[in-house]
Amino acid sequence: MPRWRQRLPAIATGCSIILLWQLGVTVFGVPTYIAPSPLQVMAVFRDKADILWLNFLPTLFEAVSGFIIGNLVAVLLAIWFVHSRFAERAFYPIAVFVNTIPIIAIAPILVLILGNGYAPKIVIAALICFFPTLVNMVRGLKAVSPQMLELLRVLSASNRETLLKIRLQSSLPFLFAALKIASTTSVIGAIVGEWIGSNYGLGALIIEATYNFRAPMLYATVILGASLAVAGFTVTSLVERMVIRWKPDAVF
Amino acid sequence: MTAISVSNLTVRFGQDENVVTALQDVSFEVTDGQLVTMIGPSGCGKSTLLRAIADLAPISEGNIEVFGRTPERARRARDFAFVFQDATLLPWRSALDNVRLPLEVGPRQDSFEIHAEPEELLELVGLAGRETALPHELSGGMQQRVSIARALVCRPRVLLMDEPFGALDEITRDKLNQELLRIWDETGTTIMFVTHSVPEATFLGQRCLVLTDHPGTVRDLYDVDLDPPRHLSMRDTLEFVQITGHLRRLLERN
Repeated sequence: MPRWRQRLPAIATGCSIILLWQLGVTVFGVPTYIAPSPLQVMAVFRDKADILWLNFLPTLFEAVSGFIIGNLVAVLLAIWFVHSRFAERAFYPIAVFVNTIPIIAIAPILVLILGNGYAPKIVIAALICFFPTLVNMVRGLKAVSPQMLELLRVLSASNRETLLKIRLQSSLPFLFAALKIASTTSVIGAIVGEWIGSNYGLGALIIEATYNFRAPMLYATVILGASLAVAGFTVTSLVERMVIRWKPDAVF
Repeated sequence: MTAISVSNLTVRFGQDENVVTALQDVSFEVTDGQLVTMIGPSGCGKSTLLRAIADLAPISEGNIEVFGRTPERARRARDFAFVFQDATLLPWRSALDNVRLPLEVGPRQDSFEIHAEPEELLELVGLAGRETALPHELSGGMQQRVSIARALVCRPRVLLMDEPFGALDEITRDKLNQELLRIWDETGTTIMFVTHSVPEATFLGQRCLVLTDHPGTVRDLYDVDLDPPRHLSMRDTLEFVQITGHLRRLLERN
């Protein structure tokens, strides 16, 4: 009950905004193709549920695949960086450079190379997840106190044991901070990929609805995309709470 | 039998013009089973000396032997264990699993087989019943007890303690001082104990190694002539006060 009460102001504000929106559109007679009313958007969810669902599934698949691949590569690379100064010096600047290219500029290049299928979308989603996770994971793996490393030296622990017993666990709070970012950006990546060249997915539906002045469909698609990102964030946060039961030294 | 033998030890840090000599020509011996405390002004190299014995600091000149082995070989053989000022526990591991850590890492050796039972060690340090507690659920003193139990799990022949109670409040510190004497009595381990506190050095030590600073050299290896068993109330006796007074004078005479 108290948690529900805490959320009451947010719920009330949200409902008021929707109500104002409905009133504004009706009172000022705004044409549907410019701004649809909430009721019209809701009607799309009811009448076009099949179309929305069919386009939702590819985006879900791309976002989740990109999330897994991008983060996995970032974590493995971070582990390599921490164990090899050379690797860090050779590849970190390149990773930074790739990160500075706007994703919207890379997308057409990837579509040209990888074609029109799932591949370019997954790669874009992976790319957008990759960098924050790499940076955080490198920091996390290095966030072991000097004294802890001395303890492991006194115990004559190998690098592998240090990684498996200490570094991975102490990096988890950092990793989850990055995964929470990645859980929402991976959806953005998938949608951007679908914009460039695709006949399916929420991104394609957004383009199609915009060009055909189907504003209620556009709004419904946007809401669906946002819901997917929120769901990803929620799941990641729940997993974090299950995995990290201790009090991390570095809370941020 | 000699547990620790340090002869003509010099430790320097840095290079060329920036060389700092932390320890110069330090020699002493610790007999098996003794509890030796070490005091000296801040920055005199007490910790460096302990860390050199533990193979954590480089030896520039001279020699260290732990039961006849070089520090590196002694470390690999788990001849010694180290207790830091911070408990240095893994925050995601329970007290019991923290005590088990030394059994899970490092080169596997037959000698590990005769390790002490982690449960019994927690009981020895007065933490029976708190096996499943995570470090953040324990007080600072309790965390340090866990770290002492962890140090004892491989039955080390030498326990090197670097200001282990330095960060604790005085009441907790008194209690742990007494318990350390009990643990020492029960395990028979040789202990080298670094401290800032002259009364602590007097209360715990059979002998007290007094260092001077810049660079660190041995002023005296003083025999603390107090009869066992030692109780905290001893600290109010004339004998005790005379010894601490003597040690203080040794420290001041630079």
